[in-house]
Amino acid sequence: MQEGLGAWQLVVSGDPGLYGIVGLSLAISLSAVALAALVGLPLGGLLALTRFPGRGAVIVLANALMGLPPVVVGLVVYLLLSRSGPLGSFGLLFTPTAMVIAQAILITPIIAALTRQTVEDLWLEYRDEMNAMGVSPLGRLATLLYDARVSLITTLLAGFGRAAAEVGAVMIVGGNIDGFTRTMTTAIALETSKGDLPLAMGLGFVLVSIVLAVNASAWGLRLFAQKRIG
Amino acid sequence: MRQIFKTAALLLTLCAAQLGVTQGACAQEKFITIASTTSTQDSGLFGYLLPLFKAKTGIDVKVIAQGTGQALDTARRGDADVVFVHAKAAEEKFLAEGFAQKRFDVMYNDFVLIGPANDPAGIKGSKDIVAALKKIQGQGAAFVSRGDKSGTHLAELALWQDAAIDVSANKGAWYREIGQGMGAALNTAKAMGAYVLADRATWISFKNKDGSMIAVEGDKRLFNQYGVMLVNPARHPSVKADLGQSFVDYVISPEGQKVIAGYQIEGQQLFFPNAGK
Repeated sequence: MQEGLGAWQLVVSGDPGLYGIVGLSLAISLSAVALAALVGLPLGGLLALTRFPGRGAVIVLANALMGLPPVVVGLVVYLLLSRSGPLGSFGLLFTPTAMVIAQAILITPIIAALTRQTVEDLWLEYRDEMNAMGVSPLGRLATLLYDARVSLITTLLAGFGRAAAEVGAVMIVGGNIDGFTRTMTTAIALETSKGDLPLAMGLGFVLVSIVLAVNASAWGLRLFAQKRIG
Repeated sequence: MRQIFKTAALLLTLCAAQLGVTQGACAQEKFITIASTTSTQDSGLFGYLLPLFKAKTGIDVKVIAQGTGQALDTARRGDADVVFVHAKAAEEKFLAEGFAQKRFDVMYNDFVLIGPANDPAGIKGSKDIVAALKKIQGQGAAFVSRGDKSGTHLAELALWQDAAIDVSANKGAWYREIGQGMGAALNTAKAMGAYVLADRATWISFKNKDGSMIAVEGDKRLFNQYGVMLVNPARHPSVKADLGQSFVDYVISPEGQKVIAGYQIEGQQLFFPNAGK
């Protein structure tokens, strides 16, 4: 543990640089999860409930895209947002917004694919009942997503975990600019390259603790929700 | 449960707002983006120089620290206002392509050949880098190359050429190209007990030196010149020409040059100003 002391001293002493980095990491990854959830949850639900030619291929594709390499996503977003790219005029490259976009693209397939599985399992249970009641397709989607909400928290956490842990995409589209686009993971990469392995290790502990805290809160939320639902 | 979604929605709004504020604040401030090398950033020079520049001009500087080749490519795409790098031939190509109108020398330091303390090639203390490289090849001693088109990598390749050694024939054997930054190359070389070419600034500020040492230094072929260029606004209208030019003017001004000369780590001067010489 002695190796992490340098970083813990920064935590305890309330180092504003470190707190800025932690805050930015959380803000970016949580925003990316929210954005990906807006797209991924309905998309996964639709995939579970609709039947169309090529559906199997779409599901395989969504499952495969869960393994999308962050560095590839980063590169694609970089080329899109670069001044020479199609969206260059917005000047978004090397900003936190670009990092949110890249992470959202990275985790949307995870959320969509896991949601599809969860909702489909639930659909098998409720199908006869819903058919008998004549629930509209949109109504089915809303009801099933709502009913699966507790399981879907885990899905969102999987997305958050991926976003918070990746370094490849945010490094490329954010540029690791001190005080502006430096996150926990890019800071760890930087300290490693500067040869300050103890500080890098300490920052790693801090990152893992934060991810743990987010997951613990989600677990608490889940227990609370289950109690309420009864 | 509805509350959970409300909380999530609130969180989203908060996050969006925070990002909005960050960017909004920056949109109001004057800032430029500089594509530079890892050595200027990792050595702490920018951390020392940029606050002084901001105090004088009110301009914030965002630094993207990359290898020289990558930094020049970033600028070619129009994603930086100024480049501050160290590979004269590559910089002159950038000029010739019209991506900048003028290049200025800023400062220099030198490269050093780093090796393991047990010195398997027996070159410690040599002042002849070419002879040392020949010995490394002769002994088949492990050598780590950046392999990332950085300024240091280009300098290293030029030295192998001076030694008339074709390293591409030895890839994977004793010559190991890792395609990473200076710090990563130093870490890797240390772990492998290999030799590696580094810029002196990064070496001095590097914190994982145990068991490594400078094997060769002081050869004039190890000279390392840094230059600065404003990206040509005629090529990329998004370039902040006025603000970028003030940075260029500052680092080559007597005041900026004095700041560069005054930057020290552990009593050692890292960069030697030579603008206009």
